[in-house]
Amino acid sequence: MTKLDLIKNGIIKENPVLVLLLGACPTLAVTTSAINGLGMGVSTMTVLICSNIVISLLKSVISPKVRIPCYIVVIAGFVTMVGFLLNAYVPDIYDSLGLFIPLIVVNCIILGRAEMFASKNSVLNSAADGIGMGLGFTLALFLMGAIREFLGAGTLFGFTITANIIKPMTIFALPPGGFFVFGCLVALINFISKGRAIKKTEMGCSNCPSAEACGKSEKGECNN
Amino acid sequence: MKNYKYDNLIVASSPHLVDSITTSKIMAMVIIALMPAFAVSIWVFGARAIFLTGICIIACVVFEYLFNKITKKPSTIGDFSAVVTGILVAFNVPVNFPYWMAIIGCFVAIIIAKQLFGGIGQNFVNPAITARVVLFLAFSTEMTSWPTPQRIFLATDAVTGATPLALFAKQNFDQLPSNTEMFLGTIGGCIGETSALALLIGGLFLLFKKIISPTIPVSFLGTMVVISLIAGIDPIFQICAGGAMIGAFFMATDYSTSPLTTNGKIIFGIGCGLITMVIRLFGNYPEGVSFSILFMNLIVPHIDNLSRRKLYGGGVKND
Repeated sequence: MTKLDLIKNGIIKENPVLVLLLGACPTLAVTTSAINGLGMGVSTMTVLICSNIVISLLKSVISPKVRIPCYIVVIAGFVTMVGFLLNAYVPDIYDSLGLFIPLIVVNCIILGRAEMFASKNSVLNSAADGIGMGLGFTLALFLMGAIREFLGAGTLFGFTITANIIKPMTIFALPPGGFFVFGCLVALINFISKGRAIKKTEMGCSNCPSAEACGKSEKGECNN
Repeated sequence: MKNYKYDNLIVASSPHLVDSITTSKIMAMVIIALMPAFAVSIWVFGARAIFLTGICIIACVVFEYLFNKITKKPSTIGDFSAVVTGILVAFNVPVNFPYWMAIIGCFVAIIIAKQLFGGIGQNFVNPAITARVVLFLAFSTEMTSWPTPQRIFLATDAVTGATPLALFAKQNFDQLPSNTEMFLGTIGGCIGETSALALLIGGLFLLFKKIISPTIPVSFLGTMVVISLIAGIDPIFQICAGGAMIGAFFMATDYSTSPLTTNGKIIFGIGCGLITMVIRLFGNYPEGVSFSILFMNLIVPHIDNLSRRKLYGGGVKND
């Protein structure tokens, strides 16, 4: 797999938010506006690339038994740096993201890529994976933020688009609107990739949260 | 063709084909049962109630038709369920609600709550309740500016005022309408929910025709009465106010979003009544019927699991 493939992989085929459904907490919480989504996405991408590179460099040093604490220390270091940078240069975004900047430490995308990819692959490949996954995350968050801001407040990046023509639907700025847009985007990605993005056989009926109530889970014929 | 030989057997839980009743007949009965409330709403709120209800019905039917067309499914507009949804959406908004917002409500009800989950019988939440909650959260100003009753045909400019429940929440007890007014429906509120009498007539018609079973309405309203008595407030006021009547008879009893067994229905009704009263007494919002029904809709699969009937002579889980 070339480095370009690795980057492309993260953007659509294995988009961390819309296909792997990781990192749903920041995705739903901070995407009330396009700029917030973009800020969160870029911050996470920076941390992800840096931590992927460092963890890939240290993979022969870190003992497998204590790998998770080691990854967390590396990630937390970069998150602190990103937090300070945001506070110094873009204080507005820093204020509106608030608690979710320190929470990047426990973002499961970063830990997931460290565990699944960076600890097994070369430095350059890990960097490419970080860029791809980070771009995928940023794009998904930007898209969600833009849709929610446009429908919920009638603005885009703070500029008024439709707010004074038709009344915006406040629900999109609230948590239910976040889930709603999230669901629609996941459905859209699934529709565009014709279901190939999610390997259904791996998911299986028995892993479905409503398998018990479904009744058809043993036969595995959920789709019919 | 009644089979008298097995008349002593208690038969419950769907599906059982017992006579020639069809979905379209059931839905037609529900439409008939909603007519008294519609008549009262026209008398109380004027002609705009007709236009708004008409637009909601048309929007729901058109959305249903288009969705079936686009997804190449057989058309289901003939079963009148979209018409019922349209009437219920209109009944759940104030009479001076903008038309385009009502159409968004119909879109939410038909496309999102109903068709995306597989159409009639597959929806896990009541479409009209979902539409109401979405509209309430999206356009809370419009959803809570209630015109005071005009009682004049073709009233043009409506004066807005608080509903009895809003007055109750603000503790303005001396401005509350009398229980007779509450019962007849000459009060402010959503189009179809004001007249307890008209809704009761429609509900009793459905009970008489055996379209709905009395379990859910009785346990729903009964729980509200019990909690009102415990809290020391007027129970008649509580069950006549807001959406309690229309919710208990027409929306909580939706087949696909209520439990199958009688025990399950009792749990469902008590849960609805409990959450409604908790929101009314302690919550930020004056009214909680729609939230309570929506919430109980979501846990119906679990209620069904818990209230599953034991097999006769069983007791050992058949794995």
